[in-house]
Amino acid sequence: MSEGHSTYTPKTGIERWFDARMPLPRLVHDSFVAYPVPRNLNYMWTFGGILSIMLAAQILTGIVLAMHYTSDTNLAFDSVEKIMRDVNSGWLLRYLHSNGASFFFVAVYIHIFRGLFYGSYKAPRELLWILGCIIYLLMMATGFMGYVLPWGQMSFWGATVITGFFSAIPLVGNWIQELLLGGFAVDNPTLNRFFALHYLLPFMIAGVVVLHIWALHVVGQSNPTGIEVKSKTDTVAFTPYATIKDAFGMIVFLFVFAYFVFYLPNFLGHPDNYTVANPLKTPAHIVPEWYFLPFYAILRAITFNIGPINSKLGGVLCMFGAIAMLFLVPWLDTSKVRSAVYRPWYKLFFWLFVADAILLGWLGSQPAEGSYVFMAQMATLFYFAFFLVIMPVLGLIETPRRLPNSITEAVLEKKKGGSGHPARAAAAPETTG
Amino acid sequence: MSATDIHDPNRRDFLYVATGMAAVVGAGAVAWPFIDQMRPDASTLALASVEVDVSSLQPGSSLVVKWRGKPVVVRNRTEKEMKDGAAVNLADLKDPIARNANLPSDAPATDANRTTPGKEAWMVMVQVCTHLGCIPLGQEGDFGGWFCPCHGSQYDTAGRIRKGPAPENMAIPVFKFISDTKILIG
Repeated sequence: MSEGHSTYTPKTGIERWFDARMPLPRLVHDSFVAYPVPRNLNYMWTFGGILSIMLAAQILTGIVLAMHYTSDTNLAFDSVEKIMRDVNSGWLLRYLHSNGASFFFVAVYIHIFRGLFYGSYKAPRELLWILGCIIYLLMMATGFMGYVLPWGQMSFWGATVITGFFSAIPLVGNWIQELLLGGFAVDNPTLNRFFALHYLLPFMIAGVVVLHIWALHVVGQSNPTGIEVKSKTDTVAFTPYATIKDAFGMIVFLFVFAYFVFYLPNFLGHPDNYTVANPLKTPAHIVPEWYFLPFYAILRAITFNIGPINSKLGGVLCMFGAIAMLFLVPWLDTSKVRSAVYRPWYKLFFWLFVADAILLGWLGSQPAEGSYVFMAQMATLFYFAFFLVIMPVLGLIETPRRLPNSITEAVLEKKKGGSGHPARAAAAPETTG
Repeated sequence: MSATDIHDPNRRDFLYVATGMAAVVGAGAVAWPFIDQMRPDASTLALASVEVDVSSLQPGSSLVVKWRGKPVVVRNRTEKEMKDGAAVNLADLKDPIARNANLPSDAPATDANRTTPGKEAWMVMVQVCTHLGCIPLGQEGDFGGWFCPCHGSQYDTAGRIRKGPAPENMAIPVFKFISDTKILIG
């Protein structure tokens, strides 16, 4: 869609001056004003914008929190309490930051599931999808290291367990683990380097976001029908249509976010993290942040050796494999039809997969004993089967429903079927372009 | 394709390769300090050994000391715990290696090899789960030894892994009795 030539015309002298030297106003105009978007985008497509403002908000609150935080094991916990009690508006900034991380993940999970449902990863959007997966990985690393900084019990033991993953690697595992920790256990060197990296990674995320948006603007947005834009009637201008829709989506999302910040600020946290870290005592029940729970359940589900791979390495491999699946999705899905709207069987399995992910999340929050272990093993099996069996096989055997000829036709069909009286838009000529 | 595309290596080719090699070696030399600084520093490595007074430990009681940032448990085992530990068939063990730093690395995980000669009642062990580094709780679980609350690993009275995701027996550090009531760890 970027193939379309620029429609920007500088109006004032200053704009002309800039346009001849560094055409930034032209770039903004072409990307966020005149940029054509499919006319049938629904609210699931507002999460890209929501994620952008969440990243900006996290960076902003994070920078001011760093002005009051001390990354020393003797002082870290108290400095966070000082932010809560003494620093002016400190409580608000910290709650915005800690809940902001959670809502960042809420938005990214909706964004990822949106992509899986509508087949947004299919050619020519594979690279766009993979850049998104890289952002997700960076977000996980950032979220994990940020959770260590308050130096509570969950911070400490979460860091111990997660850095312990690396000791599962044969031969060099312990060396890598000591390299990450800067010692033999999580301690002051670990806290210091995690703080430095926690400050760095969001800017790397911002860099990959630029690439993500660049790739998006080269191939254009997908849409609920999964049919490519064919003519001018299939699109509307970014401004005002997408701008207003995105803004409304952001307001609703921020409304829920604000409700948590002001009324349930610790709902998504863990009370044990208000106890200062103690290297000699493990809490009775370690759980990571809620957004890691499905992967945590997969890690714990592998309680048996698989041939030469022991249970520990097996669990770690499965956990990282669960994320690696996302990278492979563009090539695992063999269907020629993008959107689940026209794929009855895929739609069914998609919702089973969503249920499975939620079930894994719940199992990750439960103790690893009794029937929970077996349930986690079954849910893990389905998780991998969805990607490695269902996705490739369904594409070959499923009969998709009839696809409309164009986005415009899909929109008009829906209008006719939906409201009963003929829509005004039906008067628009369908043969343009 | 013409014959001139294929030619014998000349002086210029040599210079290209030599320059490239120098750049690679240089980049590696510059990168190394950035990786090297991540490793445990001198002050961390200096925390070498601790001396523990165990005169107060009656059979059935234990104490924990911190060594290299990790807890080391010293347990004076009861008669029953020793008997249970010795009665285990080696074939039933998930990890058949003693993991005792005072013995050769392939020593079998017998109850005797998990302790020190003449002091079989005493377990001195890094009380860190070999799964992902949690601290197991003592005298709990199906085998009366240690139970890790994080991911459900169970150890017997000699600290050997019996059930759950942990791959290895809990490690035994370098230690020795310097008198009947004093242990030097490290």
